[in-house]
Amino acid sequence: MATKELVARTGNEAMAEAMRQINPDVVAAYPITPATEIVQLFSAYVADGLVDTEFVTVESEHSAMSACVGASTAGARVMTGTSSQGLILMAEILYIAAGLRCPIVLAEVNRALSSPINIHCDHSDTMSVRDSGWIQIFSENSQEAYDNMIQAVRIAEHMDVRLPVMVTTDGFIISHGLEAISLLEDKEVQDFIGPYKAAYSLLDVEKPITVGGLDFTDFYFEHRRQTAEAMQNAKKVILDVGREFGEKFGRSYGFFEGYKLEDAEIALVLLGSTAGTARVAVDQLRAAGVKCGLLKLRVFRPFPAAELAEALKHLKAIAVMDRSDSLSTAGGPLFTDVRSALYDLPERPAIVNYIYGLGGRDITVEDLEGIYRELQRISGGGQVQETIQYLGVRE
Amino acid sequence: MTKGWKELPEGGLITEAGNAHKYETGDWRNLRPVHNPEKCINCLFCWIYCPDSAIIVKDGKVVGIDYAHCKGCGICARECPDRVKAIEMVDESEFE
Ligand code: SF4
Ligand code: SF4
Repeated sequence: MATKELVARTGNEAMAEAMRQINPDVVAAYPITPATEIVQLFSAYVADGLVDTEFVTVESEHSAMSACVGASTAGARVMTGTSSQGLILMAEILYIAAGLRCPIVLAEVNRALSSPINIHCDHSDTMSVRDSGWIQIFSENSQEAYDNMIQAVRIAEHMDVRLPVMVTTDGFIISHGLEAISLLEDKEVQDFIGPYKAAYSLLDVEKPITVGGLDFTDFYFEHRRQTAEAMQNAKKVILDVGREFGEKFGRSYGFFEGYKLEDAEIALVLLGSTAGTARVAVDQLRAAGVKCGLLKLRVFRPFPAAELAEALKHLKAIAVMDRSDSLSTAGGPLFTDVRSALYDLPERPAIVNYIYGLGGRDITVEDLEGIYRELQRISGGGQVQETIQYLGVRE
Repeated sequence: MTKGWKELPEGGLITEAGNAHKYETGDWRNLRPVHNPEKCINCLFCWIYCPDSAIIVKDGKVVGIDYAHCKGCGICARECPDRVKAIEMVDESEFE
């Protein structure tokens, strides 16, 4: 069970603390707002001798992820952190890390993408690499960010998975927001993650291997199929690790978390910190007799489509909240995936999409209450007027 | 039968040392290097430069070309010293 009293930590501090307790072999990183603090704090742990990590300073995020891949293929336990432009500068190597089956763990702070330049929260950066083969886990607050980082190591390194994992927080809202959280003892973390056993090592002279060989028409497809299978395997591992974490430390995790969802008729589906705001809206409307609920998705990749359909099938109307826009004109990335997951249901709930909070635009309890009111109208037989709407944008 | 996705090493790894030899790049070739031992001064420039280790050398002398691996890039012919030019690139169609 959780052992210590509550301490005050920002999301960045919580992630850096988890990294200290994990004590990876190698961290290669480049600073970027609002994730800088994670690796800055970690570099102080290195300088103070609190960890055994080789800290590699590099000239860009592209180099940071390249150094991570090099260290991982050499057989090291590897971590890094980044955000926004940094993540998309890494993009080329993110795909390579997944393809080479490197179980790297990345602390990612969600931030809008340029242009125009902006340093505040939205999910555009993480969504832009959703098909890279990285497992993507969203956090609602500092506690979840901390717990997710520790679980991410186990998930990534599981022999049935061997895929990289990014754990995300919302820029400034979580990364710089001070919260009371419970930390584990160093030994509890070490016992939970266990020693790292590399699947292969470039430095093993007894077993020489080639990493990154050319794969033509005759093999490339098979290797991509293997990665898809690993993503499929990750689903069970994520659930097992989340359950074990709960048994040991009192906080269990699954693919998503429902709030007053079972008997609800209308619900929001969303990712990250907005869940806290939505809970308040749900409580207020429940007090007024509205049968509303919430589904907070934690794991976006792999996408738990069947499980989501099961959890949402009883609803009359759903609003999917996207904190990024695909610019496809057919809805945000979360919306298209959730709507597709519901397609095979014999009776599908009505579903609408709200693009919100881009570039850190605030989202309030009143905003969300307004959406629940609209869902009430739709569930009562009202027409969906516009399937995709931009919430809180000035006309 | 080439292995399916369930049997192949994961991550595109090649787990056998030195198996590049099994990959016969010779069928990429359009131009074939033809070595003339009469002109050759055995400087071994061609042997050093060949990217496919396809120049066969015995006792310090060029004795032939490994056509199973020579991909016909022409580097050997280019690097062979101007005053001898002991390698000529000949169109493969000439040999059919
Ligand atoms: S043509 Fe190219 S591959 Fe062939 S022997 Fe000459 S250098 Fe080697
Ligand atoms: S470069 Fe020309 S002269 Fe030198 S060894 Fe090769 S064929 Fe002979």
